[in-house]
Amino acid sequence: MTTGTLTAGRTRFRLPRKQIPVLATLALLLVMYGIGVSQYTAFSNVQVIFNVFIDNGFLLVVAVGMTFVILTGGIDLSVGSVVAMTAMVSAALLQDGMPAALVLVIALLIGPTLGLLMGCVIHFFEIQPFIVTLAGMFFARGMCTFISGASIPITDGFWTSMSQERIGNPQGNFVSISVLIAFVVVCIAAYTLAYTRLGRNVYAIGGNPQSALLMGLPVGRTRIAVYTISGLCSAIGGILLSFYTLSGAPLIAVGMELDVIAAVVIGGTVLTGGAGYVFGTVLGVLVLGVIQTLITFDGSLNSWWTKIVIGGLLFAFILLQRLIGIRYK
Amino acid sequence: MNDTMSRYRTMIGHRLFWPAAVLFVMLAANTIYRPGFLSVELKDGHLYGTPIDILRLSAPLILVALGMTLVISTGGIDLSVGSLCAISGAIACMYISKQPDQNSLGVVVTALAMAMGVALVLGAWNGVLVAVIGIQPIIATLILMVAGRGLAQLITEGQIITINSEPYRAIGLGHALTLPLAIFIALAAALLVAAFTRRTALGMIIESVGGNATASRLAGIRSGRVIFLAYVISAACAAVAGFMMTANVSSADGNAAGLWVELDAILAVVIGGTSLAGGRFFLSGTIIGALIIQTLTTTVYAMDISPQTSLLFKAVVVIAVCLIQAPAFRARFSRRRRNVPPPATIADKPKEQVPA
Repeated sequence: MTTGTLTAGRTRFRLPRKQIPVLATLALLLVMYGIGVSQYTAFSNVQVIFNVFIDNGFLLVVAVGMTFVILTGGIDLSVGSVVAMTAMVSAALLQDGMPAALVLVIALLIGPTLGLLMGCVIHFFEIQPFIVTLAGMFFARGMCTFISGASIPITDGFWTSMSQERIGNPQGNFVSISVLIAFVVVCIAAYTLAYTRLGRNVYAIGGNPQSALLMGLPVGRTRIAVYTISGLCSAIGGILLSFYTLSGAPLIAVGMELDVIAAVVIGGTVLTGGAGYVFGTVLGVLVLGVIQTLITFDGSLNSWWTKIVIGGLLFAFILLQRLIGIRYK
Repeated sequence: MNDTMSRYRTMIGHRLFWPAAVLFVMLAANTIYRPGFLSVELKDGHLYGTPIDILRLSAPLILVALGMTLVISTGGIDLSVGSLCAISGAIACMYISKQPDQNSLGVVVTALAMAMGVALVLGAWNGVLVAVIGIQPIIATLILMVAGRGLAQLITEGQIITINSEPYRAIGLGHALTLPLAIFIALAAALLVAAFTRRTALGMIIESVGGNATASRLAGIRSGRVIFLAYVISAACAAVAGFMMTANVSSADGNAAGLWVELDAILAVVIGGTSLAGGRFFLSGTIIGALIIQTLTTTVYAMDISPQTSLLFKAVVVIAVCLIQAPAFRARFSRRRRNVPPPATIADKPKEQVPA
């Protein structure tokens, strides 16, 4: 089987064009991990990797939803606020003594409903996604403070057990349940994008909406669907965040939408839509997580360096995408 | 009768009608809720009152929104203005705080010049990314939005820098001719921008670039330069707004200064009738938009509602104004009366991003 590449007469190995950004992210991740391991002995501990997942599980889920939206060429600015609103609603309802199962159902319904509404406004009234989701962001953030101006602690038994449950191996390394949930979401999303009709439509619309429409694809339905999916992912992310912090606070996850967009872009998804993978998004979130871990390990660098490094990486990756785009045009 | 109908329609159709109506309704509602709302009194040679407060507090937003209007009319968007406000304020305050005589006018002028210089460089960076490299504006400026907060924190070393400089404080709280100085600064900026865009060909050139960058380049306009210039102007406006915000509180906070201002500015521009797709811009509409947002904020404060909850009201206003202005929405409701053909079904036409 290996003779195929040798007899084809190719003198050098060519990287597949679409995978270059993802491979670059993977390389970056490995380099950063290598730096970490060579600088700090504790970095090679498996638990460090697990902690990156534990600390960023909710970010991962939200970023997966955002990947769908960005693949269609849209953008969803409301995700951070929807995460906060979900956590806030859960905390408030639990405080009122509502059973955990019912709270979960309600919390998981709010996000997709808002997403559906935003998708409908975007599609039917032809208003730009940027401005509609901006209004959604304002709305959700306003709802948070409307519910309560202060942080609400969660003492519910189900929530605390979900928060404290450790799934680990005999060596003492563990992950939280949130990580498993995030993993399931990633798998479902990857399957949907790669193997279902919806996934194909998403890529087609991102590639060229006019062509997609002329091909008879359900452009409107798909567009509304991706905002609903993003809303659902934000709601799941909000639940995971409330597992993580065991509280709902009105100012939690402020500016998270930018981290999420950065993760998706670093993961190689093209912002004009049409190209990108959920796997890339996972790598993008990991890159952000490892930067944070490296800065924590260093100790001498201040946390605001994280923002500068993320900004620099964002620049590098957009430039990379741009260069690839020019070269192959 | 037909004549009055058509005049009525012309008035309704005027681009400033709906923004002005919204502003009027908000002021009227406030006056009904609190009869003393519109009263202004003269104290110690200065005018005081809620309307003056609204004008003074809206000055930074008007400045930022003016720059944003130009950027949006080239078909772009500038998300970095909030971070630029924080950076310019941080640099100015940092420099002043290190000087022995903070009240010296020379020190303040030097500080302002330094901060403005940095802001122009950062604006040029945005401009290069969009106009030369050809990155999508929303993402190109996102870089500075994320990294800029870090830079501002780095300049202030994570501290809130407090200064005690009378000349600097005057930018935010000083008075001239019985009115706050901030109003005059915003007014001067508005007149300057208006003069350059409406008395010279610059405005038309910007609109043609926003309409179609490729076509205008083929017509002999240096699209790249125009787009670049828009981002530099936007950064300069943001820097002045940053001075004003920090002068208001005599301190620079890298984290909080100018937070959300980019979103408010975009809203002001959209409420003012400028399309996010580019190609047309209305400076007067933007100013009314900024006044609407500030009136809304003041109203919500006056009603003892927490500042964060005011976002809820902003969301409602945004959606309402956008829906009223959306051709698809209007067509849906006036089709029966006017026999307007149904809107095109293609939901959005992606703008071609053109590297200059």
